[in-house]
Amino acid sequence: MNIISVNNVSKRYSNHVALNNVSIEVKPQSVFGLLGPNGAGKTSLIRIINQITGPDSGEVRFNGELLTASHVNKIGYLPEERGLYRKMPVGEQVVYLGQLKGLSGSEAKRRTKIWFEKFEMQTWWKKKVEELSKGMQQKVQFIVTVLHEPELLILDEPFSGFDPVNAQLIRNEILALSKAGSTIILSTHNMGSVEELCDHIALLNRSEKVLDGSVKDIRKQFRSNRFKISFSGQVMGFTNALWTSAEIVKREQEEDIYHFELKAAPGVTGSQLLKLVLPVCEVHAFNEIIPSMNEIFISQVSNGAELENTSNLTE
Amino acid sequence: MNKIRLIVWRELKSRLTNKTFIIMTVLAPLLIAGFFAVMIQLMQSDEKEQKLLVLDESGLFKDTFSGKDDVSITYSKQDLTKAQSEFVGKGYTCLLWISPTILEGGAGAVKLVYQKSPGAGFQTWLKTSMEKVLYEYKLRSNNIDPDVIHNSKTSVKFIIQKVDDAGNVQDTGDLGFVGFLIGALMFVFVMMYGMMVFRSVMEEKTSRIVEVIVSSVKPFELMMGKIIGVALLGIIQFLIMGIITTVLISLVSLFLLKDANAKYQLFKDQQEYVKKHGTNIDLNQLEKFEEQREVFDMLKKFEKIDFVQVVVCFVLFFIGGYLFYSSIMAAIGSAVDSEADSQQFITPVMLPLTLGYMIALKTVMDPDSSTVFWASLIPFTSPIVMMARVSSGTGVPVWQIIVSLVTLYGTFIGTTLLAARIYRTGILMYGKKVSWKELGKWIFYK
Repeated sequence: MNIISVNNVSKRYSNHVALNNVSIEVKPQSVFGLLGPNGAGKTSLIRIINQITGPDSGEVRFNGELLTASHVNKIGYLPEERGLYRKMPVGEQVVYLGQLKGLSGSEAKRRTKIWFEKFEMQTWWKKKVEELSKGMQQKVQFIVTVLHEPELLILDEPFSGFDPVNAQLIRNEILALSKAGSTIILSTHNMGSVEELCDHIALLNRSEKVLDGSVKDIRKQFRSNRFKISFSGQVMGFTNALWTSAEIVKREQEEDIYHFELKAAPGVTGSQLLKLVLPVCEVHAFNEIIPSMNEIFISQVSNGAELENTSNLTE
Repeated sequence: MNKIRLIVWRELKSRLTNKTFIIMTVLAPLLIAGFFAVMIQLMQSDEKEQKLLVLDESGLFKDTFSGKDDVSITYSKQDLTKAQSEFVGKGYTCLLWISPTILEGGAGAVKLVYQKSPGAGFQTWLKTSMEKVLYEYKLRSNNIDPDVIHNSKTSVKFIIQKVDDAGNVQDTGDLGFVGFLIGALMFVFVMMYGMMVFRSVMEEKTSRIVEVIVSSVKPFELMMGKIIGVALLGIIQFLIMGIITTVLISLVSLFLLKDANAKYQLFKDQQEYVKKHGTNIDLNQLEKFEEQREVFDMLKKFEKIDFVQVVVCFVLFFIGGYLFYSSIMAAIGSAVDSEADSQQFITPVMLPLTLGYMIALKTVMDPDSSTVFWASLIPFTSPIVMMARVSSGTGVPVWQIIVSLVTLYGTFIGTTLLAARIYRTGILMYGKKVSWKELGKWIFYK
């Protein structure tokens, strides 16, 4: 059973549609990437899962049950625009927010102490938030999100505002939590971290889901039959051999080695291409170009026409 | 419910431990009591004993200055110039010279010479006693007996009584101004704590903590927790301030008004005595209290005010009025991003409150007018106006108080539900200048 099932959810505000008939399934103990440009509806969807707002139509199920108030204690949410009470001491604040998630006072305090030790911030307990740097505040917010050991973690742009060292620290924590059995929904623009962390993604654009699948499958799906070949020998012979089977998209030369990018003609496979060129030159490397998530993201979001096609593809 | 309790507790604790709050709560009563003490000090004349040397060239004032305790008077026939240069050395504080032409009046007919000013009170006393002498002298010279004139003056004093439907007559004090003060106090309290809720909501919104919190609790719970927390704070502050002020003012009056209190007691005892024995007593035997008469009459009226009723009503109307306005303020606080944007919303909300304040002023003049009556029942103004009515001692029928309270609390539930709908949307809405129309739309969001 999926931990989160969003079924045909729509959400309308007075002057625009935030979500149009969106459905996603999040498998337990997976890292689910929720992608999309600004204004695509990610935050609206996340708020609906968090029961901050309700959908106009459609339903959300948590472990198969329709969402109820009792589920909020099982979810940890780190919003994109996050803040803390500026004048409240840090330790007290984390304990308070933990209690709001259903922990008892003493339990919240015990866990806060453990996390403070882990992040080496024991001395901050009595400090006011306004005395902390932005990165330090982010760490506190992260602790607040995970303190009640939620089954489901929803992290909206968790890396923004962190320096690379702290970003790595948080990345490791996310992986550790995932290994320990938490399910994570990650909303981000950082495609590097999507490829590194996510098992499954959904891409939202203009209030609609345009892509959904495992990272591997999606990348495969976006193969455009392009290949990269490195060879030495006669360029003339090489091009002649490929005359009808492929188009040369890009050529580079490094001393006597050529690096060409090829786009195979429809129906022509990589091994067929390889067979054609092997007799005429010395092949040093040959591999298929699989688009990165970043390229897929950009192509999906920037090209409206292509968007139509691919949404059929993902059905 | 458990979560509301957590929120209430946080709101309360973070404010109770706030230094500004502690200082305010203790300092305000100190200031009030200090002000009171200074006023008393100022009113109780600290005039020094005066030794007055009188050079009466008109001969009209021989032995006619009626005694004032701290003034000793010596008459002399000395020459003015000589006396002027010598009276200080002889131990006199003032020299009064009266010209033979005093009866014609005009400037320069009387001279008062001193080294250190004897104070305005002394001069007034001197002036009135001289005028009285001249007045009576002139009456006599026209063959009119001054006593005839005195006795033809009659002072009219009301005892004000109110009759209710059942025909019961009751003394009432018409202490409209006390009512107004209490009404004004209510105005300040409701506004102060309403603004506190407003700021607190806006602070959570601008610091962006609100999204974390509403992922744990319902927006309605957060709003109610906040409103209740600040209400408790208000009641605590009101009680602390009330107790400290009462204690301090009692101390002040105990030490500074010892004589006055004793006199007031005597005054009351005498009135009781007169009441009991009718008019068959020699009124001349009683002390007259000419100077204190007005103040004492006022104090007697004060005693007619039912303080328990006033305090109970104050707390009930404060809670009602505060809840009514603070829920609106919470909605406004949620809708704006900065205090600068909030003016267009706060002003219209303040308007009825200010109107209540002005109608409370009318209560002083015209406590039974229909404006005052209706304003004391309609929720927007009722906390202030009803308080003004209740505490002005004019005897408000209990049913009116109950109707007013029920209406107030009923409307509060309505405004809170509406406010909660605006609040829910507003706290998550950033970077948008909202209008009243927009707020209206939010009410209908799903």
